[in-house]
Amino acid sequence: MKKIIKYVIIDILRNKIVLAYTVFLLLISVTIFNLEDNSAKGLLSLLNIILIIVPLVSMLFSAIYVYNSSEFLELLVSQPLKRKTIWLSLFMGLAASMAFAFFIGAGIPILLYEATPTGFMMLGTGLLLSVIFVAIAMLAAVMARDKAKGIGVVILLWLYFSIIFDGLILFVLFQFADYPLEKIMVGAVAFNPIDLSRILILLKMDVSALMGYTGAIFKDFFGAQTGLIISFCVLITWIVIPAWLSLRKFNHKDL
Amino acid sequence: MIIASNVSKKFGKLKALDDVSVTCIKGECIALIGPNGCGKTTLIKSILGMVVCDSGFITFNGNNIRHDWKYRARIGYMPQIGRYPENMTIGQVLDMMKDIRGCKNEVVDEELISQFGLKDILKKRMSTLSGGTRQKVSAALAFLFNPEVLILDEPTAGLDPVSSEMLKAKIITEKNKGKLVLITSHILSELDDLISQVIYMQDGKLCFHKSITSLQEETGEAKLSKAIAQVMMKR
Repeated sequence: MKKIIKYVIIDILRNKIVLAYTVFLLLISVTIFNLEDNSAKGLLSLLNIILIIVPLVSMLFSAIYVYNSSEFLELLVSQPLKRKTIWLSLFMGLAASMAFAFFIGAGIPILLYEATPTGFMMLGTGLLLSVIFVAIAMLAAVMARDKAKGIGVVILLWLYFSIIFDGLILFVLFQFADYPLEKIMVGAVAFNPIDLSRILILLKMDVSALMGYTGAIFKDFFGAQTGLIISFCVLITWIVIPAWLSLRKFNHKDL
Repeated sequence: MIIASNVSKKFGKLKALDDVSVTCIKGECIALIGPNGCGKTTLIKSILGMVVCDSGFITFNGNNIRHDWKYRARIGYMPQIGRYPENMTIGQVLDMMKDIRGCKNEVVDEELISQFGLKDILKKRMSTLSGGTRQKVSAALAFLFNPEVLILDEPTAGLDPVSSEMLKAKIITEKNKGKLVLITSHILSELDDLISQVIYMQDGKLCFHKSITSLQEETGEAKLSKAIAQVMMKR
């Protein structure tokens, strides 16, 4: 397994896109921290950029990478290797590279400028988001044989997680404004890792007071130890379930 | 050695394999013959576990391949269209395969690599290779680990006459060592001096599996190409 992860990572490093992504993240984070006089404010600006860029790049890159390594997969499948080993190695290689890129690009500036609990929370969720979206992209890539279709699905999924989901939530909130939905909202957030991460970070900052009654409920839940643990479990589930489903699909795939 | 029992596989509505049962014994050299799209490659790929069959099962030395993966260490496979990571060099691909098979220190059979002159172009990237050179890499990889079973899918397609002869000579040597060889090819004339048995497939069905001598007796033709032509005409 280690050997294949090694070859996947060497291959990813060789095509330089991940390197460019790292430099890009590094540039953005350093610029933002230097623009704002208060680094806590800088963190808030960085949050919004990261929550858009990290899922997009992780997903698109992983999906395209899986399609482009179809030759590699075909070669490996005819060798004495378990399919499970091959697929999980590919996943680990991609996840490690994306997480490492995030750590160098955004993690190190955060640690340098804002090594507070908020900063650590952002680092942790960013790393988890990188891995989550690698898993989701691999699921999409193994389901769709056609490359254009697979990448299209990935873009739609990204749109859903970053924009459409919020729209749906707003719609529900307005339609049922007369009902107490605060507790249901806490549950609904579990269906979107991006929103969950955003709330986890925002609650660490002191801007949650601006979110009104819902914010108070959120603070009550996510601020507490158990809420925090549950949230991280939900994020981990977002990694495990797509990865497991894609593995099951890959085990029966014809190459 | 390899036994396929009632193997069926559908791709959408197309029946690629329809209730195919074959027994391949050690020491034989078997030709898989049939028109285009009759399921030869699908049969080979299901033996290798690259295609998962819908029903039926395949055993290798008595073990069902569904739950086994180690058996592939004993098979050398040369695909019809060799597909390799495009940005790796020939040398890197060879080293990677040796590394993955975990036999860096073991003796590997590099006869074909040197015969094909691949040693001089180890630094070339796979994406820059011609179809024939790619085919040479596939052949070299299939023989590299001294496998007990060789599965060659149209081995000489795209090879120049000299390399093609080298490959044929290599196949004969390996066959004489008592290995099982499975070959598909459309150039029947070159199979004459290689094979001992013939499997004929059509529309995903196995039509017959005979030894070459009994086929020659039945048709009264000495040449395989003529014998098969006669069989095809009858159907």
